[in-house]
Amino acid sequence: MGIPYYYSFRNLLTRRLTTALTASGMALVVFVFAATLMLAEGLQKTLLETGSYDNAVVIRKSSNSEVQSGVERVQASIVESQPEAAIGADGKRLLAKELVVLINLPKRGTGKPANVIIRGIGPSSLLLRPQVMLAEGRMPKPGSAEVIAGASIAKRFRGGGIGETLRFGMRDWTVVGIFDAGSTGFSSEIWGDVDQLMQAFRRPVYSSVLFKLRDSGGFERFKQRIESDPRLTVEAKRETRYYLDQSEAMSKFLRILGMALTIIFSLGAIIGAMITMYAAVANRIVEIGTLRALGFRKGSILAAFILEALFLGLLGGVIGIFFASFMQLITISTMNWQSFAELAFSFALTFDIVWKSLVFSLVMGFVGGVLPAFRAARMKIVDALRSS
Amino acid sequence: MFMLKLIIRNAFRHKLRSFLTVLGVAIAILAFGLLRTLVGLWYLGVEQSSASRLVTRNAISLVFSLPISYKDRIRQVPGVKSVSWGNWFGGIYIDEKNFFPNFAVEPRSYLDLYPEFVLAPAERDGFIHDRRGAVAGRKLAAKYGWKVGDLITLRGTIFPGQWEFVLRGIYRGAQKSTDETQFFFNWEYLNETLKRTVPRRADQAGFYMIGVTNPELAAEVSQTVDSTFRNSLAETLTETEKAFQLSFVSMTEAIMVAIKIVSYVVIVIIMVVAANTMAMTARERIAEYATLKTLGFGARHIAGIVFGESIVIAMIGGVVGVILTFPAAHWIETELSQFFPVFSVSPLTVYLDMLAALIVGVVASIFPTWRGATIWIADGLRRIG
Repeated sequence: MGIPYYYSFRNLLTRRLTTALTASGMALVVFVFAATLMLAEGLQKTLLETGSYDNAVVIRKSSNSEVQSGVERVQASIVESQPEAAIGADGKRLLAKELVVLINLPKRGTGKPANVIIRGIGPSSLLLRPQVMLAEGRMPKPGSAEVIAGASIAKRFRGGGIGETLRFGMRDWTVVGIFDAGSTGFSSEIWGDVDQLMQAFRRPVYSSVLFKLRDSGGFERFKQRIESDPRLTVEAKRETRYYLDQSEAMSKFLRILGMALTIIFSLGAIIGAMITMYAAVANRIVEIGTLRALGFRKGSILAAFILEALFLGLLGGVIGIFFASFMQLITISTMNWQSFAELAFSFALTFDIVWKSLVFSLVMGFVGGVLPAFRAARMKIVDALRSS
Repeated sequence: MFMLKLIIRNAFRHKLRSFLTVLGVAIAILAFGLLRTLVGLWYLGVEQSSASRLVTRNAISLVFSLPISYKDRIRQVPGVKSVSWGNWFGGIYIDEKNFFPNFAVEPRSYLDLYPEFVLAPAERDGFIHDRRGAVAGRKLAAKYGWKVGDLITLRGTIFPGQWEFVLRGIYRGAQKSTDETQFFFNWEYLNETLKRTVPRRADQAGFYMIGVTNPELAAEVSQTVDSTFRNSLAETLTETEKAFQLSFVSMTEAIMVAIKIVSYVVIVIIMVVAANTMAMTARERIAEYATLKTLGFGARHIAGIVFGESIVIAMIGGVVGVILTFPAAHWIETELSQFFPVFSVSPLTVYLDMLAALIVGVVASIFPTWRGATIWIADGLRRIG
């Protein structure tokens, strides 16, 4: 390693307080940058995992979500008779006619009400969603006032635990099982027998028809046919597409917010780096003059100071990512404006985010260091040596 | 006086560094002020809601409706002055990007309940008497270039189909903070159409708005209303408009909490930057402080000089930040009006801004002040910058 570089690193060590302050300023910025990316990523991940590509959802035309949708029984039967649905092991179609409604339930602890999705399921509903597993208890018996609750409901809502009862639709419903759906949106749902729920809510129509495609490529054909069928007023979407559309507004909001915050914050941090580097240059004029007198070129001086700034940025970046990685332990729950239902998702750290954050921190260091480095490099040897 | 002069002179000795620090503080204060305003806006709907208005909705949740026959029974409850009703329509104008709140309401009673929506008498009559009539807020109408008499088509998401309305009036807000981006149309139009297309969904109101004679009766009236419909097919939940709005807001509370935290983080970041500046400044001037001490100035004087310099820089940054907040808020209000119909900076935000700047100045000076005050003369003089 050349002397100028060694000199730069040693300088960071010598001015420990300043280095620590500048790096921690940058670390905070990288932390915010990484955290917002992780949040958007976590939301995306939750939604992508919620749907599966080979499933098709049929909802009423131009209703954006299952909650707004209504599919009459006749129409649901027509969809059911289409040849695209796969056949299960028991010889029945892998198709579920479901009811989706929102209800208000009080949270544990605070008692604040939040909207929760109740899904009326058919016999195939669980088979259609391999990501959903029964973790505890049993499935509800058809024809009874029994429900199963998602893991995140059981934890956060009053009466959601196994053996407890929930009251809605003028009946008491016993929670007989808890299902685990990983980080998907289903974890924030309650499932019960569709016919019982239709009775309880006095809603004689289904909300959606979900089925597994016999042949994944056959989706376009199916979509075209049912959307042009004059008896039907429905539209079909792949399940993955459906869930992505659901949270478009939310992820856009998170992205814009994250972007705006990052820009503002990075301005602050860049100014901090600039101050530090200008001071580093000002304090070392004589030393720079000496290095130049010894024969080091302008380029070497420039490189040494830029390297110092980059290293400062990198240090901040690493610290920021280190703390941001702990955010993965936190789960955010908020209302999705498009479905009006409670949605829980966590921060997700990916390699891509780590990489982006590091590049970002280096860029911050570079921008902060480049002007002071030029000042250092452009100094005349004689002037530099003469100053005291 | 001498001290003050010294402080001011010191603060601008390193022009570039002081400028950068002031700039940094100004940006942070600007960001802090805008974020606080954003959080305040979130709760604006709650603050605006009147204490003498109640909202009755289906107890299960908002997506369930109530029979229209309830209106007469609600009216009979003692303490109720007027009843209006409506449905959240959720229609889309041309494209999903163009979001604005749209409701089907019973025009006469709704406008009586909401005196903050100001309409010219002729426009008001036009709206009440035209079954396909609609009114839009001033900002909304300006955004899409609507004029009274225009035909407006919304695509229904909850109520399928294409719905055509005639714009009968453009309302203004009675206060500056009234939301002028809403759209209302005649509930009869919705109901009559549903009777033909989906009779099952006709004669249903999404919500009832109740005006009470006296705000103090609010709790009593809501209890009476709810007990009237207990154990019926559609049980009701009645709460003040404020509580109703708050329940919406609290569902997205997590995001607001995050923004609040972030607004403090930006202050912490700039605190670190300012502390760094002050630390460097103090280190460079150790020899001067030692000289001053030799001349007879006490530790308190040195501390005052460092502390004062830090405060001066932070406060200048704070003032610049506050001054910049107003044009920035105005820009947001005009350019991003679909997200933020009103974006006004409250006096409280300005005070908080200045308080934040002061705290930045104080915190940044703690370490250098202590260092400058406790330096031994011999050590300070020996040290070479």
